[in-house]
Amino acid sequence: MFMDFFWAFVVGGLICVIGQILLDVFKLTPAHVMSSFVVAGAVLDGFNLYDKLIEFAGAGATVPITSFGHSLLHGAMAQAEEHGFIGIAIGIFQLTSAGIASAILFGFLVALIFKPKG
Amino acid sequence: MITKENYAKEIKKYQPKPKLFKNCLKAFIVGGLICVVGQALSVMYIELFGFTEKSAGNPTVTTLILISALLTGFGVYDRLGQFAGAGSAVPVTGFANSITSAALEHKSEGIVLGVATNMFKLAGSVIVFGTISAYLVGMIRYLVQQFL
Repeated sequence: MFMDFFWAFVVGGLICVIGQILLDVFKLTPAHVMSSFVVAGAVLDGFNLYDKLIEFAGAGATVPITSFGHSLLHGAMAQAEEHGFIGIAIGIFQLTSAGIASAILFGFLVALIFKPKG
Repeated sequence: MITKENYAKEIKKYQPKPKLFKNCLKAFIVGGLICVVGQALSVMYIELFGFTEKSAGNPTVTTLILISALLTGFGVYDRLGQFAGAGSAVPVTGFANSITSAALEHKSEGIVLGVATNMFKLAGSVIVFGTISAYLVGMIRYLVQQFL
C-alpha cells in the first residue's frame, strides 16, 4: 500500500518534470505541453505501453493529462472491435466522458458563482 | 564590436537565468503530491464504495476536477500554478483549471459570449489533438489487427 503511494508520487512527479523541462528549456507554452502530452499518451497506448505504466504507478499515470490520450484510444479500440472503423468514432469519448462532462459542469458553475480574481 | 551573431550571446549574461533545477524540483513535488491525492481518492473509492481498480478512475478524475474548479474559483490554483509551473499544469487538475479560469476571466462579457464561448480557449487544443492522435493511432492499430 505504501509503495503504491510512493510510485504514484515518483512517476507523477517525473512526468511533471518532463513538462517543466519542455517549458523552461524548449520554451513551449503550457498549451503546447499539454497537447504534446495527450498525443504522447495516445501513441504510448498504441504500443500497449501506457497500461504497463498504470499497472506500476497507479494514479501517478492516471492523473497526468497523458492518461487522457490513453483513455481516448482505449474507448475507440473497444468499439472498433465490435463495429469496425466507425467504432473508433463511436467509442473515442466513451471513457473520457466523465472527465470532460464534469470539467464543463464544474467550470461553468464556478464561473457563475465566483468573481474573477486579479 | 557587436554584430547580429554575437548580440544574442552578449546579452545572455544579463538575462535572468531560468532556475531549471529549482523549477523542476517544485514541479516534481507538487505534481507528485497531486498524484498522491489521486491515489488516495482511488483507494477510497475502491475500499468504501465498491469500485474496481479499473472503474475507480472515473470518480477519481471527477473528484479531482471538482476540487480544482473550486480552488480556481477561490484563486488558489492559479497561485499554485505560479509556484509549481508544470507540476500543476500537467495533471488533469490543470485541464480543469484551464477551463474554469478561462470561463471566469471572460465572465464580464456575458454567460453565452463570455463564459461558454471562451471555456475551451486553452483546453480545446488538448481535446483536438487528443482526438486526432487517438483517431490516427486507432486506425493504424485496427488495420494492423485486421491484416496481420
